[in-house]
Amino acid sequence: MTALTRTPRRGLLLRVLPPGLYAGRASKLVERSVLAYSRMWLVFASGVLEPLFYLVAFQIGFGRLVGDATGPDGAPMSYVAFVAPALLASSAMNGAIFDSTFNVFFKVRYAKTYDAMLATPIGPLDIAVGEIAWAVLRGGLYSAAFFAVMAVMGLVSSPWAVLMIPVALLIAFAFAAVGMTCATFLRSTSQFDYIQLAVVPMFLFSTTFYPLTVYPEALRIVVQCSPLYHGIQLMRELAAGALHPAMIGHIAYLVALAVLGVWGAARRLSGLLLR
Amino acid sequence: MVAGSTGRVVPAWRGAWLRVEGYWAWYRRYWRSNVYSTGLQPLLFLLAMGLGFGSQVQAGPATGGLSYVHYIAPALLVSAALQNAVGESTYPVLSGFKWQKDYLAVTATPVTPGQVLGGHLIWVALRLLLSGSVYALVAIPFGAWLNAGAVLVVLVGTVTGLACAAPVTALAATTYDEGVRFNAVFRFVVMPMTLFAGTFFPIGQIPLAVRWLAWISPLWHGNELARGVTLGGLSPAAALGHLAFLAALFAIGAVLARRYFYRRLVV
Repeated sequence: MTALTRTPRRGLLLRVLPPGLYAGRASKLVERSVLAYSRMWLVFASGVLEPLFYLVAFQIGFGRLVGDATGPDGAPMSYVAFVAPALLASSAMNGAIFDSTFNVFFKVRYAKTYDAMLATPIGPLDIAVGEIAWAVLRGGLYSAAFFAVMAVMGLVSSPWAVLMIPVALLIAFAFAAVGMTCATFLRSTSQFDYIQLAVVPMFLFSTTFYPLTVYPEALRIVVQCSPLYHGIQLMRELAAGALHPAMIGHIAYLVALAVLGVWGAARRLSGLLLR
Repeated sequence: MVAGSTGRVVPAWRGAWLRVEGYWAWYRRYWRSNVYSTGLQPLLFLLAMGLGFGSQVQAGPATGGLSYVHYIAPALLVSAALQNAVGESTYPVLSGFKWQKDYLAVTATPVTPGQVLGGHLIWVALRLLLSGSVYALVAIPFGAWLNAGAVLVVLVGTVTGLACAAPVTALAATTYDEGVRFNAVFRFVVMPMTLFAGTFFPIGQIPLAVRWLAWISPLWHGNELARGVTLGGLSPAAALGHLAFLAALFAIGAVLARRYFYRRLVV
């Protein structure tokens, strides 16, 4: 009870927000997830293993079908080294989307977890921030594991590559936020196809497996609109240590997406649950 | 359409087909949200891997001298069919028991648990035939097929999918908690199988010590059959062997699933 009587200190942003939207308890959701997932360690282990499967497949399989690829600095590099950073970006996206769509959907529609939470002094923005923070933490764990595997396989050639982990967190943040907003629109499990419909083409066509030059001119512009494309570019340039001014643009795109997603998720949740 | 109110037992196949009719009534309303799994998914992979990645691949001994798009087009159909079949047999089946409880509702009528299972498997087969045919048709303008053997690939995909649907349905019927199990199936079985069972590159590139894992995967048998019927080079004995493996997997899965359906639905 003491926790309820203590008034949390609030900054300017929180004071101008509509009352009841945010109670400063987002960390409680992360705590809940940690507790819930401590019994599901297998899910975590599998998430760490998945990118490893991919890297091995590219090392022994795909990589032997093609010659060298051209790196972001124009120098030739092995195909595995070309694909690995893109896979890191994609796995950050996939992990975040999975966590923030499937799990959020089940909590909203079936388990009614959020209804229960909103009956306590927790607001919809707490829920949005808490769930997204959890997705980002999880993404961070996976990308750290992936980065370690890349380093062991000798695919890291520059000290700048360490920055790939924070970039993976940014990608996870942006996609988790947008994914959570989208998940609130779903009504039945069959509609997860719509999520696949957005995620899989992005995964396949955002220059993950082959360079942008494969596409005709008109299509290149379309590909460059994809948020994952910007994530992949960032990763590739960092992995090769080829820094560009254009990186600021890539980062700005992802930050904008993240802000939009958090705003949308909080708005949708309060509309759905606080009627 | 109702089997009368006398408490008569519904004939075996009729009960299953009544279930299929139920699925169809649902599908007619919601097919739009299934466009992705109905043929679009393998097409996307064909565009990205067959044409995009394929543009980087030199036709050589690894692809049997074929262009990469011809090499992977049949295998992509089988791989997608398998993923669809597993997807349709995990959460939807658990949902029938646990969330929507339609299995419990249906078995409160003269329809038996065995017929519920039969209806599910028939429905999966129909979905696979539909999505395989859609993919086979839409892939034509992209130059994916060398000959009319594509029609047979649709059948191979359906058979391979069913061979996986039956055991996965059995697993779903013994699952009570949505937590970890299906995740493990997707991540430790389906995903590695998709990558390493000869869909994208020949399993000859896999070290011999772990190649047996590809041999026992249903997808590899399906891929061999699918390439055999479109690209040739498959002996009748090998074809029979692959078919026998898939049939055995289906039979074991179906028998187990039937047992678990009765155990869970007959109180």
